[in-house]
Amino acid sequence: MSVERDILAKNDREANANRREFSRLGIFALNLVSSPGSGKTTLLVETIGRLGGELPITVIEGDQQTSNDAERIRATGAKAVQVNTGKGCHLDAHMVGHALERLAPAADSVVMIENVGNLVCPSAFDLGEAHKVVVLSVTEGEDKPLKYPDMFAAADLMILNKCDLLPHLAFDAALVEANARRVNPAIEILRLSATTGEGMDAWLAWIRGGAVEARRRRAAAAPRAQGCACAEAAAKA
Amino acid sequence: MHEMSIAESVRGIVEETAAREGFARVMEVRLEIGRLAAVEPEALRFCFDAVMRGGIAEGAVLAIDETPGTAWCFGCSDSVPVAMRGEPCPRCGGGQLQVTGGTGMRVKDLLGN
Repeated sequence: MSVERDILAKNDREANANRREFSRLGIFALNLVSSPGSGKTTLLVETIGRLGGELPITVIEGDQQTSNDAERIRATGAKAVQVNTGKGCHLDAHMVGHALERLAPAADSVVMIENVGNLVCPSAFDLGEAHKVVVLSVTEGEDKPLKYPDMFAAADLMILNKCDLLPHLAFDAALVEANARRVNPAIEILRLSATTGEGMDAWLAWIRGGAVEARRRRAAAAPRAQGCACAEAAAKA
Repeated sequence: MHEMSIAESVRGIVEETAAREGFARVMEVRLEIGRLAAVEPEALRFCFDAVMRGGIAEGAVLAIDETPGTAWCFGCSDSVPVAMRGEPCPRCGGGQLQVTGGTGMRVKDLLGN
């Protein structure tokens, strides 16, 4: 009995539904992935602090347990929804779809999805985001992109975080970048420190660029939709 | 262990197919898993047995066909086989490779009655 069905098709369908919703609302959505402790939540808190005034940012927080991260985000004044995956090691598109119903993000805003700290499993699950952003801190090894290639292959941007610590470490930043490009020749790379703010401007500019593009697409799609409604009304008249 | 989620998705596809075909039992399930699909076949076997327990495919044989990884080498301007991501081109030794195949995961067929 031939079946011939993609195993992840169900997740991909739900991811596409999330993507359509983001697109309809002109939302720029990012899926932040990393190992535990790379500084994703600190990066988000600092990003909201610097950008939140001009660009509304809401957050979906994924962790196996606790709502600690969502509370850290809410302390900035931004809206955050915590998803506990229980025994699960990653967020899937279905969980994110439900979280979006609770989050109810505004049109023309930014949604940050902080995935479960895990450099393996989240790589396989599309959530409907515009880009996966992999955060790697300089206190980890330069060979992380080679040890966990699927994640670095799935990401469009790598953020090298905690760069303020570089003078104190025997960490070769050029080597980690070369390793990331070995598994993904097209990956973009930004070096920054969320704690000192060094390099944050380039990251904020990257987000602004994506948000502007998401808005532009929504605006470009809107007149067509109105045109359809007018045509229907005209046909009825 | 996202292999557990993968196994649960397989169970969903197997159950839907069996219901459509009117099968009372599924004896064998065959998957095609790309070598670069981020799935460990042995972990998937373990999860498959656990997830199928108590269902229509309990005790079913799991057959896994592994498909080779392929990539486009920018140095050779050609498609080359790759065993793992991040490895250099097997022909020219260059590091500029874009994976093009062997990332898929499919339920190929099943045997039921």
